[in-house]
Amino acid sequence: MELDNIEKLLEKYFEATATVTEEETLRTYFSQESVATHLVQYAPMFQYFTSAKEERFTKQVPLKPRRNYFKWASIAAVVVLLIGLYMNQPKTDPTPEDLMAMYTPEEIESAQEALAMLGMNLNKGTAQLSHLGEFEKTTNKFLTKE
Amino acid sequence: MQQSEFLNVVMPFKDKLFRLAKRLLVSTEEAEDATQEILLKLWSKNKMMESYNNVEAFAMTMTKNFCLDRLKSKQANNLKLVHSNYAEENSGLQTQLEAKDSVDWVQKIMEDLPEQQKMVLQLRDVEQYDYDEIGEMLDMQPTAVRVALSRARKLVREKLVQKHSYGIG
Repeated sequence: MELDNIEKLLEKYFEATATVTEEETLRTYFSQESVATHLVQYAPMFQYFTSAKEERFTKQVPLKPRRNYFKWASIAAVVVLLIGLYMNQPKTDPTPEDLMAMYTPEEIESAQEALAMLGMNLNKGTAQLSHLGEFEKTTNKFLTKE
Repeated sequence: MQQSEFLNVVMPFKDKLFRLAKRLLVSTEEAEDATQEILLKLWSKNKMMESYNNVEAFAMTMTKNFCLDRLKSKQANNLKLVHSNYAEENSGLQTQLEAKDSVDWVQKIMEDLPEQQKMVLQLRDVEQYDYDEIGEMLDMQPTAVRVALSRARKLVREKLVQKHSYGIG
């Protein structure tokens, strides 16, 4: 390689006007054993760039599709929850047909009678409560006075 | 995009990401973590990746931003980056040692450069991207890239010549 050419390329290199291939020429020139003595000071620079390119990323990157895992886990959780709810469901109220089958007509009748009595007494109680309205009236009297 | 497809796209330039990260963060461990982070981020965006016209440049920009953020937060925390990865070479001839020493010296010179010049030098002289690509990666005008590159190269030369003529203690 003519030294002249290398010197010119170096100049272009430091002005950052050299092309990639020209820079490649410089790198190959400086990678060889015999470098002109007045240019030897530049050699480490180019040698370093060449050696710096050798470095590799060796670490393994875990690229497991995590999102899918979560999706399926959530579906499984929902299914388990639904099964659990289904199992623990309280027994539904017996339908009227069931009542007829389970109890004799007399039993049902007496139960109805008992319930009617209960209702009647409850109404009596609520009728008595109307007296409470008297209290309201008196308190209102005081309140409006003040 | 499937995992194998993703790897096919990413594998060719993952070393470049790592080298850029290492240039900025200095420590190998930090750079590995950063690269892993970037690759995972890319993976999480893999559905959008087909729409990027230049995944490599995009990934480089991501790495740059990530590392600069990282450096900023390190500075804010007043923490020093740990770097203990200077190879210890205690064998062989004096001349061999000296030659290796001056190559290492370039690395140390580059560590002292401003971040932008570091990146430009890394992308051009180590990875051989052209100015347009570097401009895209670093969000700079190609002419600005050229100026920064010339400045960085001259700075390295200056320090190297100093060392060459006076030697270093």
